[in-house]
Amino acid sequence: MSEFILETRGLTRAFKGFVAVSGVDLRVRTGHIHALIGPNGAGKTTVFNLLTKFLIPTDGQILFDGIDITAEHPAQVARRGVVRSFQISAVFPHLSVRDNVRIGLQRKLGTSFQFWRSARSLDRLNEEADGLLEAVGLRAQAEELTVNLPYGSKRALELATTLALDPRLMLLDEPTQGMGREDVSRVTELIRKVAADRTVLMVEHNMNVVAGLCDVITVLQRGQVLAEGPYDRVAADPRVVEAYMGSSDAVLEGHHG
Amino acid sequence: MSEPRAANRDFAIGFVVVALAGVLAPAIGLYPVFVMKALCFALFACAFNLLLGYAGLLSFGHAVFFASAGYALGQSLKVWGWPTELGILFAVAASAALGALLGMLAIRRQGIYFAMVTLALAQMVYFFFLETKFTGGEDGLQGIPRGKLLGVVGLENDTVLYYFILAVFLAALLLIYRIVTSPFGQVLKAIRENEARALSLGYDIERYKLLAFILSAGLTGLAGACKALVVGFETLTDAAWQMSGEVVLMTLIGGVGTLFGPVIGAFAIVGLQDQLADRVGSWVQVILGVMFVVCVLGFRRGIVGELGAWLERRRQPRRPGS
Ligand SMILES: Nc1ncnc2c1ncn2[C@@H]1O[C@H](COP(=O)(O)OP(=O)(O)O)[C@@H](O)[C@H]1O
Ligand SMILES: [Mg+2]
Repeated sequence: MSEFILETRGLTRAFKGFVAVSGVDLRVRTGHIHALIGPNGAGKTTVFNLLTKFLIPTDGQILFDGIDITAEHPAQVARRGVVRSFQISAVFPHLSVRDNVRIGLQRKLGTSFQFWRSARSLDRLNEEADGLLEAVGLRAQAEELTVNLPYGSKRALELATTLALDPRLMLLDEPTQGMGREDVSRVTELIRKVAADRTVLMVEHNMNVVAGLCDVITVLQRGQVLAEGPYDRVAADPRVVEAYMGSSDAVLEGHHG
Repeated sequence: MSEPRAANRDFAIGFVVVALAGVLAPAIGLYPVFVMKALCFALFACAFNLLLGYAGLLSFGHAVFFASAGYALGQSLKVWGWPTELGILFAVAASAALGALLGMLAIRRQGIYFAMVTLALAQMVYFFFLETKFTGGEDGLQGIPRGKLLGVVGLENDTVLYYFILAVFLAALLLIYRIVTSPFGQVLKAIRENEARALSLGYDIERYKLLAFILSAGLTGLAGACKALVVGFETLTDAAWQMSGEVVLMTLIGGVGTLFGPVIGAFAIVGLQDQLADRVGSWVQVILGVMFVVCVLGFRRGIVGELGAWLERRRQPRRPGS
């Protein structure tokens, strides 16, 4: 296993001349919870899209566990163990809550092209699915139609579905966004728990969450890395404070950029 | 009750009703050839709905799969003298193969672009059918013999053919039900619900869509082969874009993404055309157009969808405080 599970070299993406991500060298240490922060429009989601191959880089290289994955497809990268969540909740609204998680679990059975087989053959995944739902506090809603869940629960379900793949590297795009205080602390605890045996790279605006959870923070601004390091050092960096609050007097704390 | 079990029971009830209606139809005086044709269109619509309702793909070129099977059946029965069941299998394989070819070209496009590409490809196939020899061009392929089933059961008798077609239809309905409730069907629904999410979970969505397209084309071929067997000829009408439009309408009126909606939609349209053609002539097209608009504007869920929603509301009386 490499020291750095993920590494980018000169990662760049331009949209019709506008450079959204510019020469980013990112190194995510295996086992860490690594935060990617920065004001809105800094290019965080674009970085995620590049890492998971939803977008093709204009330039640069992406290495996962020492292997160059720059030319791979999204599904391939996912099967390597790089699984993302989305900034806007991504669930399957007209499937039941349990079926959402089962979609994550069923690929490993290798029967997903078998159109002649009954879906009852997937019932043996129920126990595992319910375990994951239990972990995010949705066990009681397993049979409900997902579209009827409140927003915070949908985000929690998305996390459970991501965990179903037992990913080596989890990319979480603002996992606590739009959640109430209670949900935020539950999700924070959950991330801490699941990060025990995997690596997490997360975009997060809530600085309390970042401060309490993350080992390393990379600050992105206008597509470029502005600063990197542990929370205390980054939070004290006047350039970071200015980027966030527009003034170097303000203190970096629990706010949207 | 859990969702899947309720859906299971609903399907079983619907299937028994359809099967009984099918068995009894000739006894209550319905003209067998009419019902057979309607059954073929019903299967066509169900096959189309497999793609639109369960994979979220709107194909606007499905008529060519319907027609190609008719031509393949005619060629194998009339020219090559094959037994009927072999001819049907050949027709299904031909449509599925054409589906694989067109599917590979179209599947990368999304939404309305997918519909446009399927339409364009279908028009190319249409002109191929018009120009090539074995289809009989404008005249069509006439005089397709019904032949004998397994070499013994003569199908010239309308009643015998009727029960054969009914059996094929019911078996196909079971197969479609199996497909949508299979592990593959689950992934298909996930792709329909949220393509990006399915992709991020490691599913090669294009391969799943392609398989759905091939299955849909093959089942459409089964419908087309049966229809050619019933009427004894195959013409360009079946390959024209209007036919692709009609199957969209049947599915919409009956209910997209419901198992029996397309059956009801097909019977409604075929029945309407049958009843009105003599009386109002080409106004039938206008009437169908108006129905289309009404459906899209007012009854998105179609007949079966609206009925299902109404039943659901009655099943769950309003809970206090929710
Ligand atoms: N598909 C796209 N086409 C054009 N511009 C885009 C696209 N995606 C993102 N951008 C632009 O790139 C910049 C960075 O966006 P994004 O990565 O979403 O920022 P963040 O997630 O940090 O808020 C923004 O200015 C956005 O408008
Ligand atoms: Mg973003």
